[in-house]
Parts: sequence; C-alpha cells; structure tokens
Amino acid sequence: MKSNNSSNYDLFIKAGQTESNYWKDLWRYRELFYILTWRDLKVRYKQTVLGIAWSVIRPLLTMIIFTIVFSGVAGLPSEGNAPYAVMVYVGLLPWQFFANALSESSNSLVSSANLISKVYFPRLIIPTASIITACVDFFISFILLLFLMLIYQYVPSWKIIFLPFFLIIAFLAAFGVGLLLTAMNVKYRDFRYIIPFIIQFGVYISPIGFSSNIVYEKLGKKMIDMNMPWLTEYLTTLYALNPMVGVIDGFRWSIIGNAQMNWVMFGISIAMCLLILVYAIYYFRKTEKTFADII
Amino acid sequence: MSQSQSIIRVENLGKKYDIGNKQQERYQSLRDVITNKVKSAFSKPQKNTTSKEFWALKDINFDIQQGDRVGIIGRNGAGKSTLLKVLSRITEPTTGSIAIKGRIASLLEVGTGFHPELSGRENIFLNGAILGMGRKEIKSKFDEIVDFSEVEKFLDTPVKRYSSGMYVRLAFAVAAHLEPEILIVDEVLAVGDSKFQKKCLGKMGEVSSQGRTILFVSHNTTFVRNLCNKGIWLDRGQIKQTGSTTEVINSYLSSMHDQTFDENSELHNTLNRRGNGDVRFSKILITDKNDIESSDFLSGQDIKFNFEAKINKNLSSLSVCMMFKSPTGEIVTSTPLKDISIFLETNKKDYFISFSILLEKNPFRAGEYEMYFWLGESNEKFFDLVDSVLPPLQITTDKEEKELGYNPAAPYGFFDINTHILSSK
Repeated sequence: MKSNNSSNYDLFIKAGQTESNYWKDLWRYRELFYILTWRDLKVRYKQTVLGIAWSVIRPLLTMIIFTIVFSGVAGLPSEGNAPYAVMVYVGLLPWQFFANALSESSNSLVSSANLISKVYFPRLIIPTASIITACVDFFISFILLLFLMLIYQYVPSWKIIFLPFFLIIAFLAAFGVGLLLTAMNVKYRDFRYIIPFIIQFGVYISPIGFSSNIVYEKLGKKMIDMNMPWLTEYLTTLYALNPMVGVIDGFRWSIIGNAQMNWVMFGISIAMCLLILVYAIYYFRKTEKTFADII
Repeated sequence: MSQSQSIIRVENLGKKYDIGNKQQERYQSLRDVITNKVKSAFSKPQKNTTSKEFWALKDINFDIQQGDRVGIIGRNGAGKSTLLKVLSRITEPTTGSIAIKGRIASLLEVGTGFHPELSGRENIFLNGAILGMGRKEIKSKFDEIVDFSEVEKFLDTPVKRYSSGMYVRLAFAVAAHLEPEILIVDEVLAVGDSKFQKKCLGKMGEVSSQGRTILFVSHNTTFVRNLCNKGIWLDRGQIKQTGSTTEVINSYLSSMHDQTFDENSELHNTLNRRGNGDVRFSKILITDKNDIESSDFLSGQDIKFNFEAKINKNLSSLSVCMMFKSPTGEIVTSTPLKDISIFLETNKKDYFISFSILLEKNPFRAGEYEMYFWLGESNEKFFDLVDSVLPPLQITTDKEEKELGYNPAAPYGFFDINTHILSSK
C-alpha cells in the first residue's frame, strides 16, 4: 500500500532517508551549475585593476622566488634536462590550482548561506562551481608555461599527451579535499583558519620548488648516515600520502622529457587522492541535509 | 481515497531542533566539540543537560489537491516557515513523510542569490536559474519579466546601484513568472508598495487559474483571503484547523483577539520581559474609533490603543510610550513619553488602571508594523516593555501610494504621529 502510494508521486521525502534521485537531480540542476560557475567567473576580478592578470602574476613571482631559493641558494639540481625555472613552474601549475580550488571551495558554502537557507538544489553544485573557476585560472597560467618554454627554447616531451590524465587527477584531488573542507567549514568555522595553514604547509611538503627524486635520494642518504635505512621506506611512503606529490610528479613526468618517475609512490598518492574523494563525497552527502539548519 | 487528485500528501511530519546553550551560535567551534568530548569522557554521562528539544513542527498531516490555493496562517514561530522549508526540501524532516507530484518551486525570499555586481539583465538569468527555471524558459519570458519589473532603462546597470524599490520589483518580476505545478510562497509580499503587491497577487491568481497549486504564507489575512481557497492554521508547530479560507481566518482572527486575555499569552508571561516590573501591561487591545477590535486598518484611519496595566507598587508618576517599526525593520515613529500619572491612586498598590491612546488619521504607508509599548517614569527608569506585539499592525491603502504623495521606492523614514490620551474609555 505504502509503496503503491509513493509510486504515484514524483518525489518522496521521508525522514532519515537519503534521496534516491539525488544524482538525477544533480543532472536536472545542471543549468544552475553553469550559471553559478559563470557568476563566480564574472565577479571574480570585479573592482580589481589588474583583473585576470593576477592568475599569471602570482605563479610567475612564486616561480622566480623558488628558482632563486632552491636552485640559486640551495643549489638543488633540476629534473632531467629541464631548466630549473621550467621545472618549478610545471610543479607550480597544479599546486596553484589545488591551492586556489581549496580556498575558493572551502568558503563557497558559507558565503552562499542565504542561497542554502532559501532554495533547494543539490548542494554539491556550489563547491564544484567554485573549483571550476580555479580551473580557468589554471588554463591561463598554463599559457605562461608555453611562453616560458619558448624563452628557454625547451621542447616538451611527447608524453605531454598524457597531461589531461594528470589534470583530471589534480582536479579530483582538489575536489576531494575541497569538498571535505567546505562541508566541515559549515559546521566548524575553525576551518577558516586551518585552510590557509594547510596551503602554507603544503608548499613545503609538496615537490614544488624541488623534485621528488631529490627527496627520495637525500632521505635515503640521510637514513643511511643515521644508521636507520629501514626508516626510509616509511618516510617516503608518508611523503607520498600527500595526493599532490603524485599529481606534481605526473605533471613533470609528462612534460619534462627524461624525468624520473617513482610509480609506486605515484600509486600511493593516487590511491590516497581517491580515498579522500570517496570519503569527501560520503561525508558531504551525509551532512548536506543539515546545512540549512546550521549554516 | 481521492488519491488521484492529491498532489501533496503530508503524513506525521515533524521537525525537531536542538536548542540549548548554543542558541546564539548556530555553528559550533571545534574547540567546543573537543572540550565537550573530553568533559564527557571524564564525567558520568548526563542526559540533555545542555540541549533542549524543540519541535518546530509536530504531527502534521494534510492533503493538498491539484489547483488548491492554500493559505498557511499562524503567529510568529508557529512553524509556518519551517513547514515551507521542509516542503521545499531545504531542510530534512525529523519524522514522517511527504509525497509530491509535479515540479515544485519555492519562493521564500525575493531576489535570492541576486549578485550586487551583476547587471539587472544578468541577475534575471541568475535568479531564474536559482528558482528552477531553465535558460530557454527565462529567455522566452525575458521581455515579459522586464516589462513587469518596470526597470528596462537600468537593465545593464549593476543592481547595487538600484534603489531598493527597483531591486524588489525586479526580483518580484522574475519570481512572478515562475510556472511550476506547485508554487510555495513565503511572506515575500510584505515588502514592496501596494500597487506592485496587487500586481503580483494578480499574477499569482492567474497562475492558479491555470490549474496550478499554490501554498502561501502571509501575516496579511487580506492577501490570504483574496488569493486562497483553503486555509491551514498552524499553532505552536501543530495544525489547529484546516478548511475554507474564510472559516480558518475567522477563527484565527478571533483567537488573536482573545490572545490579549489569554493567560498563556506573552502579556502574562512576565518572566522574560524587560523593565523592573513595578508596573506591567495586563491587556492591550487595538480598536477603531468605535471600539471595534481589529488589527487591519486603512491608511488615514483613526486607531485606538486600549491598555490595562497592573500597578504593583506605590507610585506617583507614570508615563507611556508607543513605538512602531516598519516592515523593513527601522523605527518609523514613536510617541513622546506621555504622562499618565493622573490614573494613579495615591498610597495604593496592586491595582489595575486602564487608559487609551487615540492615534488620529494614522499616516502609515501600507505594510506591517511591529508595535512596542513601554511603561516607565523617565528615560532612565522603566517598568515594562512589550516587544513586537502580535499580531502586528496591518495597514492597507485603497489608493496608490503616489496619489498619497509617497514615493514608493523611498525608504520609510521617520515621521510624527498625532496621539492623545483619552481620559477614560
């Protein structure tokens, strides 16, 4: 009788029950997704003088500093045959994307509080739209990479055809972490302070100014010096748990011709990235229904 | 069961909120969570010491047939907005179920998602999408929307440069062109000038005549009467009455007038009232000049406020003051402190006094006004203050605002009212 009833209706809301048509709804609300993305892009650089140029200036300045510090001062070697600046920039691209996506998405729900408390739509749309704006910045700063390679007369490897694959992984990493943080930020506003810290911390634990191979090499040597070679494996695994390690290594591998790639570590990174993503979606879906009450 | 026509079916619906010491902050801080966890780890579990359950809705059952225009009425905090939020899927019910047939759109606020930096044109598309319209649908209705909003000249200006009137009109215009099978509308018509309100009501009536279903919440019983054919009266989270609009509104209104005499009403709940309590209002009754109770008045009509107060202490001086807040929340007018010491008796306490204030030719514009009543001796020393008395004062006009010499887009501003104390009832 009950099931008979519900089949007559298009929508059935029951306490404590996850909606079966959530994913269908996501598709139905795609227009809202497009328009929110468009809005985010449109208002992003309103009332700024340099506007979209900021998405070039920031990675460019960071690249210059990193090249000076890590290559000039610390004297670290580059990856393969690439000029140090190119290697840094290739690493910066996905990192900047990740950092932007994180800071944009983590605030997205809280800053759309009035929307969330007044209209229904799959909440997933909001953080996703904000990550797309970070994608646009990524493509603009990617153009700068082409110029950089032109200046250094550097020809990328044929493996660049795999770049879209790594780009997708970068997106998934940003999406997973961003989704998790934005959902938590709704409930615990502490994350407002945690996120800048994560980003700052990430710069040092991700292979941005240096290559992963340097880390593996130096770490191995150091452990042998300290007479604890068995520790190396654990430490490198710990290092590779950072999803951005895999993403950045992948970017370098596909652009820089003779770059070395530790596929095991890459696998760990990617597995971690997917794990976070799955948990993030689960957590988001679980807390989503209460957003309107607590935001 | 007339199953085939039922378009919304609500069974045993309930929504619980936990309120407690975290009432001021809706979101938690991680520190609180951690300290609470640590505390509870070291102490015996105490049940519900800090949080209290509050059922915003309880045991709600109703069926809505296709083409019904249902007005939901009730006092502030009766659960009207919560019901709409649950129905429009913004928040999840705690118990029960809802079955809905057809596309549903809810309008709980005008201009939801309007972005100040974007132009009027862009905001039409943005707002339309937020309300659930497709791009094609908006495009096909675009000219109609612009026409309706009367802002075509400023279509490419960012809405942050709009006057509040223009902003509201544009927002309404988009909303008025929503054409879902079920439309849910919250108190959104409380703002905007009366001419525009009428235009919107007309539009909504048009929509419903095409067989669409409307759920409408408003304090303004006149609106509900005009628009709806059925009524649901909510009281403290439960359904008190359902039936034809006239029936439900009549019993709702008569209960409202009883409220002032009701022992449970706020007037008698002296615990959370401000002031030192030497004098307390015990009865407030609003009538027209001929002593007929009402909360709805025409602009320009005389309004009589009849008070009864209990004097708990031996006093020699007493003043009264009234204050009004506009629909947009600003104080628009207040009386000076009016000396009513003549009503006091010397060397006596624990007695009642009654007095009336006549407001001649009220200069209020159409809208709802929250009322505040104050009793005291001086600005520094006050005995009692009754906040936002219910129902609010409802002013309607039969003329257009422009004829009355108002600029509908202008803010309410502060004005004077002409009042005097009537020596006896």
